[in-house]
Amino acid sequence: MTFLLTEDQEMLRDTAMAFARDELPITHLRELRDSGANGKDPATRQKLAELGFFGVIVPEEPGGEHFGLVGLGQILEAQGRTLAATPLLQTALIGASAIQLGGSPAQQAEWLPKIAGGETTFALALDESAHFNPLNVATEAERNGQGYTINGEKRYVPDGHHADMLIVVARTFGEPGDRHGLSLFLVPANAKGVSIQELKTADSHGAANITFTDVMVGEDALIGAADEGADVLEPVLDRAAIGQAAEMLGSAQSAFDMTLEYLQSRKQFGQLIGSFQSLQHRAAKMFTELEMTRSCVAAALSAVDEGRSDVSELASLAKAKASELVHLVSNECVQMHGGIGMTDVADPGLYMKRARAQEAMYGSASWHRDRYAKLNGY
Amino acid sequence: MADTAVDELETFRAETRAWLEENCPPSMRTPMKDDEIVWGGKREKFKNPESKIWLERMASKGWTAPQWPKKYGGGGLSPQEARVLQQEMSRIKARQPLFSFGLWMFGPALLEFGNEEQKMRFIPDIVHGRTRWCQGYSEPGAGSDLADLQTRCEDKGDHYLINGQKVWTSYADKADWIFCLVRTDTSVKHEGISFILFDMESPGVEARPILLISGESPFCETFFTDVKVPKDQLVGEVNGGWQIAKRLLQFERSSISAGGFGGTGGSGILGPEEYAKIHIGTDSDGRLLDGDLRGRITDHKMYAKAFSLTVARQTEQAKAGQAVSHTASILKYGAAKMNQDRHELLIEALGSEGLGWEGEGFDPNAMKVTRQWLRSKGNSIEGGTSEINLNVISKRVLGLKDHK
Repeated sequence: MTFLLTEDQEMLRDTAMAFARDELPITHLRELRDSGANGKDPATRQKLAELGFFGVIVPEEPGGEHFGLVGLGQILEAQGRTLAATPLLQTALIGASAIQLGGSPAQQAEWLPKIAGGETTFALALDESAHFNPLNVATEAERNGQGYTINGEKRYVPDGHHADMLIVVARTFGEPGDRHGLSLFLVPANAKGVSIQELKTADSHGAANITFTDVMVGEDALIGAADEGADVLEPVLDRAAIGQAAEMLGSAQSAFDMTLEYLQSRKQFGQLIGSFQSLQHRAAKMFTELEMTRSCVAAALSAVDEGRSDVSELASLAKAKASELVHLVSNECVQMHGGIGMTDVADPGLYMKRARAQEAMYGSASWHRDRYAKLNGY
Repeated sequence: MADTAVDELETFRAETRAWLEENCPPSMRTPMKDDEIVWGGKREKFKNPESKIWLERMASKGWTAPQWPKKYGGGGLSPQEARVLQQEMSRIKARQPLFSFGLWMFGPALLEFGNEEQKMRFIPDIVHGRTRWCQGYSEPGAGSDLADLQTRCEDKGDHYLINGQKVWTSYADKADWIFCLVRTDTSVKHEGISFILFDMESPGVEARPILLISGESPFCETFFTDVKVPKDQLVGEVNGGWQIAKRLLQFERSSISAGGFGGTGGSGILGPEEYAKIHIGTDSDGRLLDGDLRGRITDHKMYAKAFSLTVARQTEQAKAGQAVSHTASILKYGAAKMNQDRHELLIEALGSEGLGWEGEGFDPNAMKVTRQWLRSKGNSIEGGTSEINLNVISKRVLGLKDHK
């Protein structure tokens, strides 16, 4: 395991940080929110494609650059700093991973270049209830002569309101809760029978509830083996959790930096409030948590690239620690800003809102603690 | 790394492996027993005779202090070679031949601040475990505010005269020599402190063990009454001791966190989840029946894992020459929390089995837990309290200013 970036990865990181700072500052999220765009941002998508960010984990052949998940993690962390709404997690990470891990040669040849070029965006349509529970899938895909017919409802799908392609987790066998019997399907968002209800969310990134009514797909829409979709889904979800944790690390770092700056500028009782020990100790504790979470995220990212056997354990560690961290830091950020922290014009509240959305995706801290315990045999 | 350097390192690895195979006695490849730890010094008994052979062999190569310069008896290894040595020792599960405040704290400071004659005089004896050192820092009136120490050191022309009292002196009753902070100027605070060394057998030195809540006495009250100390035993400048003291505290905090506290005496003790499985039980899926405790154990295990990853990350960054500022305080704070949480969970998981104190009827390892649980309460006090470490982080790392 390594915690150090290669020179290429460092350059990628610098580019991503500069891009987030210059092109996607937090004021950009406010503009998207206030204009009603709800996380839809075609102009940014275009710029990300030009930078090659969609192809970061896609190997050189065909058509992409290869920095590994460590590289993509740097970009996600950078965009987390400014709470940027981009299709990268869903497309560059989840879409690319699903196709790489489960796609046939033909699917890889078709989709990986389109992902790398930013031509096609993806969204993973998985959750059916308010809590992440990946095996609890009731949406059905029934075999017909030429392929499958999908019926069911997916809820809170991130990027579901603007993605071009959906990766639908459906049941081809068994009951909700069974691991065996899940299958993954590629479904165009504009396919007949797909109905998308756009959701306005507190974090201004938006999402969608998606209903599938007799949606017909061909045999070639299946990613991986029928009934054995969990074999693809689970490693994809581990990567998604790690990528999400990287984004959360960026958000927490940024909220912490903002808090620290405020502590060093705001005066009360004729003193900088950062000179008060009760606040100093809380800041120091946040900093130690931040440093420890940074180690977990870095270890998890590099474990994927190295193909290590403890990826799931590290994914749960990173996502759980990052969840605790974003809540701790965003809450302290509001509290230490005092009254101004409660106002919409100030940024702390944006971090607090986004933290809740971040936690909900790919398993809450509680979900991952449970899994961590199971993986450790108790 | 250039190919030749890689080759050289691999040659070193092969030689080291062969040497260890040849020289590490069989019983030194078994888990350390609490009563076989070698602290060295004149009074070392070497309960296991092979531990004496092992120490002598390792010290003869300077490998008790692998990276210290050869001229003072150290191993003179590069950081890469020292890592190889560490890896090869781990490979055969070799014990650490020597536990020593000299190796962990005093030696590194003396190498930085001592003069040539002092280094030649004291360092080789540390490497060979011939002198056991103790640390004279805290006083009854100077704990967290260490610089308020009052032990007087007067210049009597051809010698110094020391009067005062230290407390929490670890193993003062077993040590041969002390490195000690003393006041050489009463008119100023930090600038009136000096760093001095003397023999614990000097007339006027008395060490009295302190009985702790754990029933053990690893610390002493140490009294100095007209102790005469030769002038060449003062390290650095007169009144310049505080810089040395602070640097040594960094070594101390690093060594405490590297050991994770009590990491030496843990043999035979299970993890909290294992005790919970035994004493509380699991459901048909193998989950602990007490869901609340299960969650808290997981919190702790995640913290511990995050902590060890952080140590690994900072080590790697430091080796790559990246700046790692004041990590000692972060790690000391984290290590104390981690070890205390662990012992709270252990004692909770043991339930009534964790109440044993001595005699028959209790699992001996559980009784060890009980005492370690009590001992762990000192982790957030010794070597700088957690609050002091948070002060250091907020001031020196985060740059927050003092109250005006």
